[in-house]
Amino acid sequence: MKYIKVIVLILLLSFPAVPDAAEVKEYALDNGLKVLIIEEHKAPVATFQVWYRAGSRDEPAGKSGLSHLLEHMMFKGTAKYGPSVLSRIVQKNGGTNNAYTTKNYTVYFELFSSDRIMLSVDLEADRMHNLTLDPKEVLSERDVVMEERRLRYEDDPQRSLFEDVAAAAFKVHPYQRPVIGWMSDLKSIGRDDLCNYYKAYYAPNNAVIVAAGDISSEALMKEISAHFDNIPEGPQIQRTANSEPEQKGEKRIVLKKEAELPYILMAYHVPSFPHEDSYALDVLNLLLAGGKSTRLYQSLVYDKKIALNASADYSGFNNDPYLFFLYATAAPGKDIADVESALIAEIKSLQTEMPSDREIRKAKNQIEASFVMGQDSVYLQAMKYGMFEMLGDWRLIDTYLEGIRKVTPEDVVKAARRYFNEENKTTGILIPVKKEKREE
Amino acid sequence: MNSNLRTPQSLQKSVPFPATGAQRRHVRKDTLPFSCPGSWLLHAVLLIFFFCILLSDADALNVNRTVLPNGLTVLHSENHSLPIVMLTLIVKGGQVHEPDAKAGLANLTAELLTEGTKNRTSRDISEEIDFIGASLDASAGNDFTTISLSVLKKDIQKGAELFSDILLNPTFPQVEIDRKKELISGSLKQREEEPSFLAGRAFRQEVFGEHPYGRLPEGSPESLRDITQEDLARFHKEYFRPNNSILSVAGDLTNAELQELIQRYLDGWKKADVSERKTGRLKREMIRKTIKIDKDLTQANIILGNLGISRHDPDYYAVLVMNYILGGGGFSSRLMSSVRDKMGLAYDVHSYFSANNEEGAFQVGLQTKNESANTAISEVLQQIERIRKEEVSNEEISEAKSYLTGSFPRRLDTSRKIADFLASVEFFHLGLDYATKYPEYINAVTKEDVRRVAKKYLTPEYYILVVVADQKKAELKY
Repeated sequence: MKYIKVIVLILLLSFPAVPDAAEVKEYALDNGLKVLIIEEHKAPVATFQVWYRAGSRDEPAGKSGLSHLLEHMMFKGTAKYGPSVLSRIVQKNGGTNNAYTTKNYTVYFELFSSDRIMLSVDLEADRMHNLTLDPKEVLSERDVVMEERRLRYEDDPQRSLFEDVAAAAFKVHPYQRPVIGWMSDLKSIGRDDLCNYYKAYYAPNNAVIVAAGDISSEALMKEISAHFDNIPEGPQIQRTANSEPEQKGEKRIVLKKEAELPYILMAYHVPSFPHEDSYALDVLNLLLAGGKSTRLYQSLVYDKKIALNASADYSGFNNDPYLFFLYATAAPGKDIADVESALIAEIKSLQTEMPSDREIRKAKNQIEASFVMGQDSVYLQAMKYGMFEMLGDWRLIDTYLEGIRKVTPEDVVKAARRYFNEENKTTGILIPVKKEKREE
Repeated sequence: MNSNLRTPQSLQKSVPFPATGAQRRHVRKDTLPFSCPGSWLLHAVLLIFFFCILLSDADALNVNRTVLPNGLTVLHSENHSLPIVMLTLIVKGGQVHEPDAKAGLANLTAELLTEGTKNRTSRDISEEIDFIGASLDASAGNDFTTISLSVLKKDIQKGAELFSDILLNPTFPQVEIDRKKELISGSLKQREEEPSFLAGRAFRQEVFGEHPYGRLPEGSPESLRDITQEDLARFHKEYFRPNNSILSVAGDLTNAELQELIQRYLDGWKKADVSERKTGRLKREMIRKTIKIDKDLTQANIILGNLGISRHDPDYYAVLVMNYILGGGGFSSRLMSSVRDKMGLAYDVHSYFSANNEEGAFQVGLQTKNESANTAISEVLQQIERIRKEEVSNEEISEAKSYLTGSFPRRLDTSRKIADFLASVEFFHLGLDYATKYPEYINAVTKEDVRRVAKKYLTPEYYILVVVADQKKAELKY
């Protein structure tokens, strides 16, 4: 066996309620492929996931949507298995498979009864270096992606506003463009673009395999080695550092589109994990929106009754600094300006008043519980390790939990003051226009 | 991010931990149970999914079934691998039990359970649940109401206390009723900006007509207005009875611990007579109808279908196999390979039968740019015609069977899924040996059965077709 096992670590999550520390085994092949295996024998199922460090941030200018279109093409066949064969093989074995693309990485996964998991190894090794990219299939799948774009964005007013806000918030950084790609860019993507990107990024040294479930790491590793060893290393990828200049003043976007109710989305530039402020931002996010008892729901929806829903969203799981979002849909007959003022008032209160210890404790309890509940599914468990690995190292889970534990009410106030300011904000407002007719 | 606003996709509360809070996924196709249109469909879809499975090893679940003296049926599956406990309670009171003039009553009752009890205000309830990182949700569907609790083992006492409090002691405060009515009416209004919501609502109305299944579970702003506090209290008093309910528990709890919890928290739950409500059989009407809704959209949202079958129908398993081949089998289905893969017309195309206590619906759903609507509809009709006329291939039927029987372990791979599954098995009287029977049911289906049920339950000449689109661009010929 050629692979080397780098390390075996028992991951001890030191939250008192996290009892079931998972054992993660880490391996590396000579060609740079990294493998994480988590044996978990509570149910006879397993997941096999291949993570490529390639997402929309890596696309050349004018080719937004390339990573995601390639993701689709990865189901369109190799010399060995023709179009659609992969999904067929998986399904007739009782499994399911899928993939998704993000700004930072792309993941392919299968879920099987554990006795079928070896099928994944062959299928994934094959498409890591033998993709056909038939020109006819490329055109047809590009049409499918355009339909996906219409479905998810063009005809969804709130998501359209989201696209506009992200595009306005970033002047330089590729995070400004949607993962699915702009329609006009999609039209310009050809087979050569896909080929070049595939050759550059889909290589063992740019990939990580994460497998979890009722499996034997030894047997699985033997199979992985047999199938992946001969795949040649790809080029070293040079990534330019984040170059987004500092924002100097609020940006405002207005979108007029067929919709029912006004909607507001505010975005602040914030750092990503493991920046020291990311933990406080995580806690802050839960203070605002971690359930019905928290600030935004209680204030805007429950007390003031001006919004149908109000929430926040922060994920530190990005390679570069990204955005902290606050958003709300106005209740019928309510003024979106009042909704905006109420959101800003919540921000102000975070900057001026110390949150209670109980509030902080509640947020930490929620993070703790979601860690444990997340282990209910081997799929989510594997996803968790993969996400930390994409940030550099799965062991960052420890760092993350440690950081969360240390967050104090002062840290939250400090983070709110540091990032939630006018200069740093992009505000988007959706103004509904209407046209509807029904006939039988 | 936005998707969290509208679709109650998960019973778990979304905490921004990466695994659960992953945002803006560009999934090639959503994992099946959650890929369907509106939330009102979710219930039906989930049900059909629970039954797409095979209990390959019945003993693995180790189910213990008991009926308590107060009539409550309790199902319990112990699993100590994780310190979590999942509770699912089914109360046989849903949309079909509402008076017609009070559409939305079952849903409003469910929604208000967590908004005030004899012991707690709305705020107390959410604060206590959030504080322990648990989730406690109640929702009403076509046939029944479900209350779900997900909680860490260490907090089970607190969780059970809250669970029993909202179940037994809701007070339906007037101020909360008013607030909730406004929220529901508002969100109904907002959902009208979703083409899939409009299409689904119109389709449902046509297929089920006057039957309660034809309405939205939320009712309408008008019907909500007429619901009073007494209506809610009466609905609760009448249906939320132990002899009318099923409690299912999975996870890190021994039988003794469960007994202790039941004794402590559900002791005061008294049985009472529950009147049966007869809705009358749904009629398979032979009419063809097209409904066009004009909106400023780039894409036509299309539903085509007819009245389907009940979950109790003996043809159910043949229908499962047939539908897998037609449009239920994800990337392997005929509709997917023609409409999406060959023609590049749609991102999503699927068909399914919703499984209700009474008849559900059969429907094909797809979205395609306005200009391709005619082509896509004609292809769907051709595929329906084909499966009605020609026998399916040996390969197709064997692949369908191996998927349906072989995907079992994944369907029961979490405590949450097990709790929900057991409750549904009990509701539909499938028996504890359903486990071993399921593969037999599926494997007994023949190619002739597939053609027979396709002929019987797919009626392309009498379809209900709903198209939400920019009608000028779509230029429908249907």
